[in-house]
Amino acid sequence: MKQFLVFIRKEYYHISRDTWTMVILLLLPIVMLVLFGFMMSTEVKNTKFAIYDPSRDVATQGITNKLAMSTYFSFSGYLDSPDQIEKVFRSGDIGLVVVFGERMYESMMHTGDAQLQLVADGSDPNTASTLTMYATSMIVQYQQELTGDLKIPYRITPEVKFLYNPTLKGSYNFVPGVMGMILMLICAMMTSVSIAREKELGTMEVLLVSPMRPVQIILSKVVPYFFISVINLATILLVSVFVLGMPINGSLCLLIFLSLLFIFVSLALGLLISSAVDKQMVALLVSALVLILPVMMLSGMMFPIENMPAVLRWLSELIPAKWYMIAIKKIMIQGLGFSSVIKEVAVLSAMALLLITASIKRFKYRLE
Amino acid sequence: MKQSLPTDIVLSAENLTKKFGSFTAVDSISFEVRKGEIFGFLGANGAGKTTAMRMLTGLSNASSGKGTVAGYDINTQSEQIKKTIGYMSQKFALYDDLKVWENIRLFAGIYGVPAKEIAPRTDRLLRQLDFEKERNTLVKSLPLGWKQKLAFSVAIFHEPSIVFLDEPTGGVDPAARRTFWEMIYQAADRGITVFVTTHYMDEAEYCNRVSIMVDGKIEALDTPGNLKKQFNAQSMDEVFHQLARKSTRKAD
Amino acid sequence: MMASSKLECTERWTFNFNTNMQALHTTSTSDLALSCQSVSKRYVRNSPFEKVNVSALEDISFEVNRGELFGIIGPDGAGKTTLFRILTTLLLADSGVVRVEGFDVVTDFRAIRNEVGYMPGRFSLYQDLTVEENLNVFAKVFNTSIEENYHLIEAIYKQLEPFKKRRAGKLSGGMKQKLALCCALIHKPRVLFLDEPTTGVDPVSRKEFWEMLKRLKAQQITILVSTPYMDEASLCDRIALLLQGRILKIDTPQNIVSQYPHELWSVSSDEMSKLLTDLRNIPAIRSGYSFGESHHITFKNKEWSMDALRAELEKLGHSSIVIKKIEASIEDCFMDLSPESKG
Repeated sequence: MKQFLVFIRKEYYHISRDTWTMVILLLLPIVMLVLFGFMMSTEVKNTKFAIYDPSRDVATQGITNKLAMSTYFSFSGYLDSPDQIEKVFRSGDIGLVVVFGERMYESMMHTGDAQLQLVADGSDPNTASTLTMYATSMIVQYQQELTGDLKIPYRITPEVKFLYNPTLKGSYNFVPGVMGMILMLICAMMTSVSIAREKELGTMEVLLVSPMRPVQIILSKVVPYFFISVINLATILLVSVFVLGMPINGSLCLLIFLSLLFIFVSLALGLLISSAVDKQMVALLVSALVLILPVMMLSGMMFPIENMPAVLRWLSELIPAKWYMIAIKKIMIQGLGFSSVIKEVAVLSAMALLLITASIKRFKYRLE
Repeated sequence: MKQSLPTDIVLSAENLTKKFGSFTAVDSISFEVRKGEIFGFLGANGAGKTTAMRMLTGLSNASSGKGTVAGYDINTQSEQIKKTIGYMSQKFALYDDLKVWENIRLFAGIYGVPAKEIAPRTDRLLRQLDFEKERNTLVKSLPLGWKQKLAFSVAIFHEPSIVFLDEPTGGVDPAARRTFWEMIYQAADRGITVFVTTHYMDEAEYCNRVSIMVDGKIEALDTPGNLKKQFNAQSMDEVFHQLARKSTRKAD
Repeated sequence: MMASSKLECTERWTFNFNTNMQALHTTSTSDLALSCQSVSKRYVRNSPFEKVNVSALEDISFEVNRGELFGIIGPDGAGKTTLFRILTTLLLADSGVVRVEGFDVVTDFRAIRNEVGYMPGRFSLYQDLTVEENLNVFAKVFNTSIEENYHLIEAIYKQLEPFKKRRAGKLSGGMKQKLALCCALIHKPRVLFLDEPTTGVDPVSRKEFWEMLKRLKAQQITILVSTPYMDEASLCDRIALLLQGRILKIDTPQNIVSQYPHELWSVSSDEMSKLLTDLRNIPAIRSGYSFGESHHITFKNKEWSMDALRAELEKLGHSSIVIKKIEASIEDCFMDLSPESKG
């Protein structure tokens, strides 16, 4: 036991004396969350819009007001002619142009063939579709307010409703993804690099020729990074709840339990990598290749898994982060309980067991 | 021994000093090396050899003092110096993952050997070393002794006026070590000045003159024969021990 | 590849208990600290472009007595490190049997790992830990404390004490070497393996290091040390000369030197470089090697007298010629025993 504690302290020295690595380890989650949560989000806020309005009646005024008052849009000004549309998009700060038809109010109320055009910048299709979606829903809403009880039987209003994420917040999708990525990155990459470092330095040789058991060496490597991961988990949750406004609708205990399970899987994966490589550089590259890329691409964090070709879909089943993300979303956003994440827990547990057995089996008692 | 004329001096140092903060690594050393001489530069670990050599090869600036290498000022003309010297160290000599001819080609290019001459000179070198069969061998699969011989040949491929050798024979087997020193003699006979550091004291005997650094200062400088007389010693090993024991600098 | 080696491993594991007991019995009667019988090791360098089968060790056999200071002398690439790794249970030999303190390196590797101290070629220290922390970590790894065996390292550690708060990475070569030795000694091993402890260290530190080894020998610790420096051979009780994976000779340094088969002369003149060429051109001379201040030569037959050689050299224009009959050094013996000199 004493052996073990001294060894953990030694790892702590290694980490704390490498100031830059430690700063990166502790700041990385925050930086990544902020990056993904704010900058890369498809969320729309205060997008400037312009109006071309030949009617200038109650209806167009009402729609303009409704858009301008919402948090998504802010009114930038009227255009004098449709020719200006392209010019304002070129200038860059306008995200949406609303083009009303002639005599809007009259057509809306009586003839029912009101014409309205939404023009968005298609060079960023995601944002463009989000913008038009918001605008459409607001216009439809206004129309309903206006017509009120007057039932117009021949009209069908398509209604799109987003469950669980009614305001379409990007962070809801990214936070679980970033959590999965950060934990994987720190646990797996750092453990594999630190073991590879001992091999490179030659200290591993001395440790092997000592009464210390390989399991002890492995565990003492794992413990410090486990602690760092727990700290990171805490910062991620705090940032996502208080800065990004993520809810934790379900049980916090369950959330932590799942995260710890996932951390364990990641650590085991890191150990498995370290048993195969001898150089820090290779450990770093392999971790990046094996862990980060698949997590970003195949976990459903950036690209929806449902739209992938079959082969990639099968592959995604093997990514621990995918299961973690599914479970985390269920708990944090949907607020579901343990019974609904049993499948994910089972999959992650099986992965943990498999990986840890493999890495202990594969850990070499000798140098070859 | 030839009478040395001032033009014969290939390397000179005058009160050369290097300070790191309050620590004086090299403390006002002065010496001259003549053309075609084999000059042994000895000293214990941490005596300041490496630092002095870095200044002389233009890798770091002197804190004070003057020096010239091949007629260039070490303080102001380090770029010219780098072009006119050869350098080989035990730690890094050749690229292991390149083939023999690729290494020659690379270093010849780095030192500005005209492209037309590289191919015929490579052939000649490989013939001289009896390496023709190994032309396409990766350097890492050569035995260490061969590697060092090749590295030395590459270091003098561009016919530098002076070549710096930093512990060139560490770990090389006895026979190969001797062939290596024979190559050094041949180079010196051709007029290439050789500036060499070593931990093998018997190798100090091969040098025309030897300097021994202790705690940043040159404590002794003469021919091996004279040094032995001066210190009343049987071998250079004894001379070295007598001097190095004076050292007060321990851990650096 | 992988699967088969794993299988081997599990088999050996189950085997462990039985042999352990036997081994304990055999050790009590034997004076051998280590025995190595017909050990061979080949490396397969496998890359997409070449498949080279390199022989690292061939049929190595030797024995080391309790309390002996045994030297393995050979240049880089002779196989010293591979041999040490096999002896310390870090590598498996392709064939052969090795016992350390009576334990087999394959089946009883755990027992051996409790008994030996190992200092690998590169001073394996944690560069970012201080002198004191390094020592403490290694003490605890071996389930002991610095205090427990302090007497063993006291003489060495005293020199390190002023720098105990300094990080190991900032120490000089000689100091690192001393710290690494302390770390290998801290658990009072019965056998100490030192792989090239003096490489790259200056002559003064080397000499100090060998004095420390002598003191350790007095404490009944068996020491195996490897070195490329031939002049260190005379400081060992017995030595094995190793070249290209084969042992050239095993004996005491004195015996090896006295068994040198030729008459050896040292020759010097005022033109050493030319002298060597001239000497080698004399047909009767068998070998001529430069040894710094003089050249060492041997003859094919003993027809030549010193005066005849002197006359011959004077004819070739040499002056201040000194010719002496000398005793061979280990280095002379090594070169004489090398296959190249015979071929």
